[in-house]
Amino acid sequence: MTQSQSSPTAVAASAPQPDSAPKPTTAPQATKTGAFLEVRNLSVKFPTDDGVVAAVNGMDFTLERGQTLGIVGESGSGKSVTSQALMGLLKGTSAQVTGEAIFQGRDLVTLPESGMRRLRGRNIGMIFQDPLSALHPFYTVGHQIAEAYLVHNKATKKQARAAAVDMLGRVGIPSPDMRFDEYPHHFSGGMRQRAMIAMALICEPELLIADEPTTALDVTVQAQILDLMSELQQETNSALILITHDLGVVAEVCDNVLVMYGGQCVESGPVDEIFYDTRHPYTLGLLKSMPTLTTKSGRLNPIPGQPPSLLALPQGCIFSARCEHAALAGDGVCASQRPQFTSEDGHGTRCHLGLPQILSIRNSR
Amino acid sequence: MIRFILRRTGSLFLLLVAVSFITFTLFQFGPADPASAACGQECTPERVQEARVALGMDQPFLVQYVEYMRGLFSSRLIGAPGAESLCQWPCLGKSFQTNENVSDIIARSLPYTVSMAIGALVLWTLSGVGLGLLAALRKGSATDKFIVGAASVGVSLPIPVTGLFLLLVFVNQFHLLPFTTNEINSPFGPQGPWAWVLNYLLPWIALAVLFSASYIRVTRTNMIETFGEDFIRTARAKGLAPRTVTFKHGVRAGITPVVTMLGMDIGLLLGGAVLTEQIFSVPGLGFTAVRAAVSGDLPVTMAITMLAAFFVIVANVVVDLAYAAIDPRVRLQ
Amino acid sequence: MEQHAILQVENLQKHFPIKSGLLAPGGKRTVKAVDGVSFSLERGKTLGLVGESGCGKSTTGRMIARLMDPTAGRIMVDGVDISQLRGKDLYHFRRKVQMIFQDPFASLNPRQSIGTAIAAPMVAQKITPPGGLKNRVKELLEQVGLKAEHYNRFPHEFSGGQRQRVGIARAISLNPSVIVCDEPVSALDVSVQAQVVNLLQEIQQDTGVSYIFIAHDLSVVRHISDEVAVMYLGKMVEQGSRDELFAGPRHPYTRALLSAVPLPDPRQARAQEKIRLRGDLPSPANPPSGCVFRTRCPLFGTLGEEQRQLCIDVVPAPAVAGSPACHHTALAGPLAAGVQ
Repeated sequence: MTQSQSSPTAVAASAPQPDSAPKPTTAPQATKTGAFLEVRNLSVKFPTDDGVVAAVNGMDFTLERGQTLGIVGESGSGKSVTSQALMGLLKGTSAQVTGEAIFQGRDLVTLPESGMRRLRGRNIGMIFQDPLSALHPFYTVGHQIAEAYLVHNKATKKQARAAAVDMLGRVGIPSPDMRFDEYPHHFSGGMRQRAMIAMALICEPELLIADEPTTALDVTVQAQILDLMSELQQETNSALILITHDLGVVAEVCDNVLVMYGGQCVESGPVDEIFYDTRHPYTLGLLKSMPTLTTKSGRLNPIPGQPPSLLALPQGCIFSARCEHAALAGDGVCASQRPQFTSEDGHGTRCHLGLPQILSIRNSR
Repeated sequence: MIRFILRRTGSLFLLLVAVSFITFTLFQFGPADPASAACGQECTPERVQEARVALGMDQPFLVQYVEYMRGLFSSRLIGAPGAESLCQWPCLGKSFQTNENVSDIIARSLPYTVSMAIGALVLWTLSGVGLGLLAALRKGSATDKFIVGAASVGVSLPIPVTGLFLLLVFVNQFHLLPFTTNEINSPFGPQGPWAWVLNYLLPWIALAVLFSASYIRVTRTNMIETFGEDFIRTARAKGLAPRTVTFKHGVRAGITPVVTMLGMDIGLLLGGAVLTEQIFSVPGLGFTAVRAAVSGDLPVTMAITMLAAFFVIVANVVVDLAYAAIDPRVRLQ
Repeated sequence: MEQHAILQVENLQKHFPIKSGLLAPGGKRTVKAVDGVSFSLERGKTLGLVGESGCGKSTTGRMIARLMDPTAGRIMVDGVDISQLRGKDLYHFRRKVQMIFQDPFASLNPRQSIGTAIAAPMVAQKITPPGGLKNRVKELLEQVGLKAEHYNRFPHEFSGGQRQRVGIARAISLNPSVIVCDEPVSALDVSVQAQVVNLLQEIQQDTGVSYIFIAHDLSVVRHISDEVAVMYLGKMVEQGSRDELFAGPRHPYTRALLSAVPLPDPRQARAQEKIRLRGDLPSPANPPSGCVFRTRCPLFGTLGEEQRQLCIDVVPAPAVAGSPACHHTALAGPLAAGVQ
C-alpha cells in the first residue's frame, strides 16, 4: 500500500470521457500468435569508428499480459539497448537490429517507423531513468502529458487536459489541477517520475517498459514508485518489463527474471528460482558479490576481472574469462564454444556446465 | 519583470557614462588636434587659439566632459563667447568639421545602417539556422559535410573579399544589379520596397555569407546535442510525429544559443558595419564614424560610439527577456 | 571522552546564505545544510554516514576534509580542532585527512599519467619517500591491486573500478589518519563494487586508517561500517553501533529507510515490514518547525493532540549514540503502512 492519496476508482469514475476515443486493444486476430510479446534471436549492432559494437546478441524471451519481467544486468550488458530496440527507438539510427519481436501479431523489428509510431505511447509506454532530463524543460508537465493523449486520441484540448489531470491524480500527485501548469523543475525527483509514469500510462498501453525507473531516486521514494507501478499494472492488467541493475528491485516486484551479460541472456526463469535455484555461474557470482542487510559481514566475493569489450567478444562463452568454474566443463570448451540457451520448465541458462556441476558449485560456498 | 527592466535601465545608464568617458579621454590625449585642423591652410597660433575657444577646447577636460553630457538632457549653447549658437536637445554637440548638429548627422546616417542590418539579419538567420538544422538532421551525410565545409569557407572570407567579388560579378561584369546608391535608405521611399531590396542586396549577401557561417555551426552543434537529449527520446516514445519531435521539442530547446548570438550581432551591426559600408559606399553610421575619427571630429565620433554601445546594451536586455520567454527556468530578478 | 577517538565532531553546522536579488530586500535567510551534527570515530574504525540526497552527509564529509569551511562547531582530529585552520596550518593538516570521491577522474587531468596523478599529493606536500617518489607510486599501485606498469597510462585507459583504485591510491599516498569516502562505490557495477569494498577493508586492516563512509546504499554501509549515523534534512536523527542500528532501529525515519531498501531475496522481500513515507523531502530552505521529520513521520499520524504539539513546537535533542532524535521513540510500535 502506498500513501497515494487519491482513490483510483473514484477519480476514474469522475473522469470525463472523450466522445470518440475507442482504443483498439488487440491486434488483428488473424496474425495473432500465442504469446503477447515474443522475442526471438534479437540482436543489435552499432557500427562505430573502432569497429562493430555487438550490444545485444540473440535474445529470446516471451511475456504475457499482467506479468512483470525483470531484465537485470550490469552496465554494458545490453539491457537498455534491448528496450530501445523493442520500442523502435533505434529506427533511423545507424544501429542494425535483427531477429524478431512479435508484439500482438506485429513484428516490431520490421515494422516501419510510421507504424511503430502508432504503437508507441498507445500500445507500448516507456519510462526512463532520469525524469528530469526525460521531461522537456520548456513545457509544463501537464502539457507534456496531454500531448501524449492528443497524439493517439481524437480529443479536444480540454478533454486532453481533463484526462491528464485525472492521470496525475491517479499517480498520486496532490492537487493535480494546479500541478498541471507547473514546469518539471518545480517538481521533486519523485514527483517527476510520477509524472513520467502518468505520461507513459495515459493511453493505457498494454506493455510498459521501465528502464531503470528508480535508479535516480532515493530509497524511500523508490519504494513509493515501485508500489505505484505495481498497483497501476494490476489495475490495467498490462505487462511490465522492468530493466534494472538492482537485484533487490527485481526480487521485490518481478514475476520472472532475465539476467543479461555481454548482450546475451545467461539465465531466465521465475523470480524465486533465479534467487533460490540459481543455475548460471554469473548469476551466482552476482548474488554472492552483493552485501545485503541480512548477510553476515566479512569479505565480499566479487566476480574477478572486468566485463567484456563489446567490440571483440570472446569466441566461446562470453562469461568464460571471468568464470571461476570454466575448468569444470573440460576440454577448454568454455573458451572455444558459445553455449546454447537451454530451458527446462521455464527456467533456462546458457552454460556448458550440467546441472549436477552447478549444484555442487552452489553447495560448496 | 518590471524590476528587472528598471535595474537593467540603471546599469545601461552607468555603462553609457563609462563608455562616453573613455571615448572622451581617448580623444583628449590622442594625436588628433581638431583646432588646427579646423583653422585651415593659413594658420597662425592666434587663429588656432581662436578655433580652440570656439570649439570649447580651452576649458579643462572635466568641464568639457560635463558640458557635453549636459546636452543629453537639455539644449545648450555652443561656440566662442559672443558667437554662441543654440544646440537643441538632445544635443550631441556640433561637428568640428561642418558645424552641423551631430544629432542631424546621426539621423541622416542611421536609416542606411538600419536598412543594411535588417536585410542582412533576415538573410543570415534564415540561411544559417536553416542550413544548420538541415546539417544536424542529416548528421554524417554528404549534405552535412557539404554544409559544414561551406560554412568553414564562409567564416574565413573577409568582407572586403566577398564584397568586392560580388560587386565585380553582379555589377561590373553582368550588370545584374545596380551599384548601391545613397538615394534609397528605406523601403517606404518613393522608389518602393523592391528598389530598396535590389539596392542593398549585395551588402546583405556579403554580410550574410560571413555571419551565416557561424550561425550554421552554432545551430548544427546545438541541434545535434539537443537531438541526443533524453526528452527527445521521450517525445519519440510518446509516438509524436517526427516533425513535432524536431520542431516543437528539438528546435525550441536547441535554438537558445542562437538567440543570444542574434541579439549580440544585431546590437553590433546597428552600431555600423564599418567595412561593408566602406566597400559599398553606404553612408551609414560606420562610414560616418570612420570619417569623423580620421579627421578628429570628436562630437561625431563620441555620439556614434555611444549610440553603438547603447544598441549593444539594449540588445543584451532584449536577449535576456527573450531567454525568459523561451526557457521557463530562467527567472528575471 | 574516548581516548581513542581519532576524529570528534561537535555541533557541526554549515549554513548557506540564500541568494537574493541586488535590489530585493531578501534579508539574511540561510539553508541549514548541516545543523548541529556530533559524532566521534575511533582509530581504525569506520563510521557510515547515511541519508537521502540533501540530508547534508556530503557537506559534513567535505567539512571534515576542510574542503568547505564550517559555519560553526568543532572538528577535532587527533585532539586538535581543525575547524578554523588557515594558511600553513591548513596545508599541514591536509596530510591527515584525505578524500575519495564518487568519480575520482572528474578531478583528474586527462592528459596527466596515472603515476603523476598519484604522486601529486606527495609533490604538493613536499614529501620525498625513501626510495624515491616513483618507487612509492609503484608500490601504491600494487597496494591497490593495479600493476606497476600502469604508471605511464592515462585515465581514459581505465575502467570504472580501476579508476576508483587510482583514487584510493592517491588518498592513501600521504598515510592519512582519516579518509572521507563520499559514495565511493555508487557508480560501480555490483560485481566490481565488491572488489573496491574489499580493497578498502584490506587497507584499513593494514594501515589502521579510519573511514567516514558516506553512501546511500545501506547494504554496503552495513557491510563496511562499525558505527552508523543517519541524517535527515541536516540533522542527525540516529546513531549507534552497526549491529544495534540495523537490528533495532528506533527512530521512525531509520525504520522507514531500512524497510525501503529492496532485499535481493524474494521471500524476505515479501515478508518484510513495509513502512512507506508520505510525500517528498521538504525544502531545506524552509524546513518544518520542531521535529524536521514530522511532516513525513509514520508515527505522527498515530499520536494524540498533545504529543503532536510537542513534535511541532520542540526540536528534539540531536541524536547521540543510543538516543535517537525523536520525542516518541518509546511509542514506536508497528509502523508498517498497512497497519494504518
